[in-house]
Amino acid sequence: MSWEVVIGLEVHAQLRTRSKIFSGASTAFGSSPNTQACAVDLGYPGVLPVLNGEAVRMAAMFGLATGCSIARRSVFARKNYFYPDLPKGYQISQYELPIVHGGEVSIRLEDGTEKTIGITRAHLEEDAGKSLHEDFHGLSGIDLNRAGVPLLEIVSEPDMRSAREAVAYLKKIHTLVRYLEICDGNMQEGSFRCDANVSVRPQGQTELGTRAELKNLNSFRFIEKAINLEVERQIDVIEGGGKVVQETRLYDSDKNLTRSMRSKEEANDYRYFPDPDLLPVVLDEDWIEARRAELPELPGAKRERFVKDFGLSDYDADVLTSARETADYFEQVVAGLDDAKLAANWIMGELSGALNRDALDIERSKVDAAAMIGLLARIKDDTISGKIAKEVFEAMWEGEGSADEVIEKRGLRQITDTAAIEAIVDEVIAANPTQLEQYRAGKDKLLGFFVGQVMQRTAGKANPGQVNKLLREKLKG
Amino acid sequence: MHEKSVAALAAGLASGEFSSVELTRHYLDRIERFDGDLNAFITVTAEQALDQAAVADRDRADGKAGPLTGIPIAHKDILCTEGVRTSCGSRMLDNFVSPFDAAVVARLREAGAVSLGKTNMDEFAMGSSNETSYYGLVRNPWDHSRVPGGSSGGSAAAVAARLAPAATGTDTGGSIRQPAALAGITGIKPTYGRVSRYGMIAFASSLDQAGVLAQSAEDAALLLAAMSGFDERDSTSVDRAVPDYAGGLAEDQREKLRGLRFGLPKEFLDDGLEPGVRVALEEAIKVYESLGVEIVPVTLPNLPLSVPTYYVVAPAECSSNLSRYDGVRFGYRCEDPSDLEDLYKRSRSEGFGDEVKRRIMTGTYVLSAGYYDAYYLKAQKVRQLISADFKNAFSEVDMIIGPTTPGPAFEIGAKTDDPITMYLNDIYTIGANLAGLPAMSVPAGFVDGLPAGIQLVGNYFDEQRLLGVAHGYQQVTHWHTQAPAAYGSE
Repeated sequence: MSWEVVIGLEVHAQLRTRSKIFSGASTAFGSSPNTQACAVDLGYPGVLPVLNGEAVRMAAMFGLATGCSIARRSVFARKNYFYPDLPKGYQISQYELPIVHGGEVSIRLEDGTEKTIGITRAHLEEDAGKSLHEDFHGLSGIDLNRAGVPLLEIVSEPDMRSAREAVAYLKKIHTLVRYLEICDGNMQEGSFRCDANVSVRPQGQTELGTRAELKNLNSFRFIEKAINLEVERQIDVIEGGGKVVQETRLYDSDKNLTRSMRSKEEANDYRYFPDPDLLPVVLDEDWIEARRAELPELPGAKRERFVKDFGLSDYDADVLTSARETADYFEQVVAGLDDAKLAANWIMGELSGALNRDALDIERSKVDAAAMIGLLARIKDDTISGKIAKEVFEAMWEGEGSADEVIEKRGLRQITDTAAIEAIVDEVIAANPTQLEQYRAGKDKLLGFFVGQVMQRTAGKANPGQVNKLLREKLKG
Repeated sequence: MHEKSVAALAAGLASGEFSSVELTRHYLDRIERFDGDLNAFITVTAEQALDQAAVADRDRADGKAGPLTGIPIAHKDILCTEGVRTSCGSRMLDNFVSPFDAAVVARLREAGAVSLGKTNMDEFAMGSSNETSYYGLVRNPWDHSRVPGGSSGGSAAAVAARLAPAATGTDTGGSIRQPAALAGITGIKPTYGRVSRYGMIAFASSLDQAGVLAQSAEDAALLLAAMSGFDERDSTSVDRAVPDYAGGLAEDQREKLRGLRFGLPKEFLDDGLEPGVRVALEEAIKVYESLGVEIVPVTLPNLPLSVPTYYVVAPAECSSNLSRYDGVRFGYRCEDPSDLEDLYKRSRSEGFGDEVKRRIMTGTYVLSAGYYDAYYLKAQKVRQLISADFKNAFSEVDMIIGPTTPGPAFEIGAKTDDPITMYLNDIYTIGANLAGLPAMSVPAGFVDGLPAGIQLVGNYFDEQRLLGVAHGYQQVTHWHTQAPAAYGSE
């Protein structure tokens, strides 16, 4: 039997507000445990929550960017359960009336076609603290710095049909929240997290299969692996005559498996009810329109513009607009160089490789856009070849100075003097009579050998175009 | 000194008749002398009170005195006080010292009031007799075999016995008005949102409101003005100017009363109303009529549903509000928990008393999947209907009058085994909480030597008129000046 996979995702994006969603404490990551938790975050007797307007603004921006409706009236509710890192014994969330609902994003599939993924809703809630099970012999430590950090929970429709699609959707959301500057997208630090609801059903069946919820998916790679594992597991269960049970499963990236965390029967009854400490959030038309006016150029529009204005391929435009900072870098380079293709190749090639190698964001690139312009300009005016330029780039990356400084210091200026190149070409031909004979007998491929010899003798500095031209002439005899 | 009202004490301080330190010491002496029997206080902060009094005296010497400067008061132990134990009447918080002052406490302190200490109360304000306190029951100063009412029983007893000229209280279903009535004093619960709830330990957030227990409407006005006003830390507090309540009372109330229409809801005159209280109410109505008030029969048809509605909404909110008491960060923690579940179970089982547990369980039940619609949602709908009933009534009348309680103070232990009977003691007061309206209880006579109170309910933010109506009554009656014999003049 052939199976159809059905996936829906819940993304938890930490909003980049300076203070928490219901208190004035800082949201900065990485401080000593419990130094960023005030009486409100600690759930002390007598404290009350006060909503951070910036979190509301950010949620609305997301909704507007995804074509969602912004609720004129949304309501915070309490989700009740006991856990040591949940100080009040309830999480303030939104339940029946979320701030954002009913939108969509489109993703590009591997065959190049586009697919629309529905967004059911996005609601505001507070993050919980963290339980620390290491370092405390026989005990658990509680760090409440994260308690009260604003989260936007983005719930998709069950529209994805493969792990690849799920990852494409997730990357799309990831790109979007970073464009909107509402979330830093850092998956290692947990500021962008994802749970996946996965089920399978026989091809052609309209009814959904029983789903399992996968948790602890903290990288794009793990998400893809975990979903594929879960799909295999469910198909094995059904084909083995069993039934998939509704449950929450945890992904273990070390062992590369998922294991059951709790079944539906063990699930909490969260006893949601409207939080009487908070008033409904009422947004009027003017406010919503003002937020719409603040929207930046979104990735889709930017991509189209890159294709149209710069003549980039769809693929290049996709890559260059995947992060707002990359697109900004590209546009700065193009503005100073007027060669979009060259800029695109270098950003997607050498620069991206170096950034990956050193695990740096493009904002912290050791070769900034101005320096990159300096380098690419020397390729364009034939001062250096593309190959030499790679050496110059590495030197710039290591802090040896600007492109011109490196070229000067290392003596990498290209040899363009025809007479000088001609002399070396003659030497090379004279030194390799056997290869010359074979070439003239029809072995054209040996041209590369001769080019290589010339380059070796000039330490790569001879202008490759001139070398080619001269060799072709002289090898003919 | 202790027979004086706050207004009279302020005059005495202003004229230099006595200092705040002398006044404070006098009340501390009375607490020392009488509170062993009454048990109105959980914590007496004598040293801090005398320090605050000295500061008040210096401020006065510097010409920086307001109407409350140097006036000793007491705070219900539900209000957080920085550096002083805030127990909420519970073993759960017996070891809890708040790191901050409640808004009410801070505002009264800024107004110059001196805090004598923290008064006893039903555990987490859940009770109508002050018998559920971890710190023991409070006795009614009028009759030690009887309860003072609750949950602000300690504040009521302290003011009635003149151990404090006035005290703060909180009222979720009648917890200021009912004890005020049973202890023969004046109590006001303002409009929901009038006073900040910040630092007031939550019982039922949508119903809780702080107010005042005092000898008279005039004294209540002085404290209420200082306590009221918007607080950005409480999203449900309302940003609306606070009138000079006490100043407003200086105008001729008889002039203001003439021509007012009071509604008398027929639902208040049910079979549960004891004859003695009914007589007191009828007498009070006659007084108002003599002052030119027109009494109009009105109906609040859904009011009989207020007790069941309240006992769904309040426990639901309490079950959630009290989840933070888990033994993890503050408060009571059981000995040697074997694991997390044991920590939760035993800390909460040992830290909470029976009535609190009963309400947590009720509230958990009504919010549970499958019961939410039938209980919580339905109760919210009925609550809307009750609010609408009041709104309709206020389209015809300026004020609503009725009894505060069905009867006078009952015997200690009389209702402890029967929660429903106990709950019915709040039958006349709960409506104002469900609707969020301001309401007062005013002493209006005695039944077999025990005080009886009448209740006045005003329209939203109509505290000024409410106080004026009570003050007008107190200008021509003497019930509010009566003190229990053992605690009166010396």
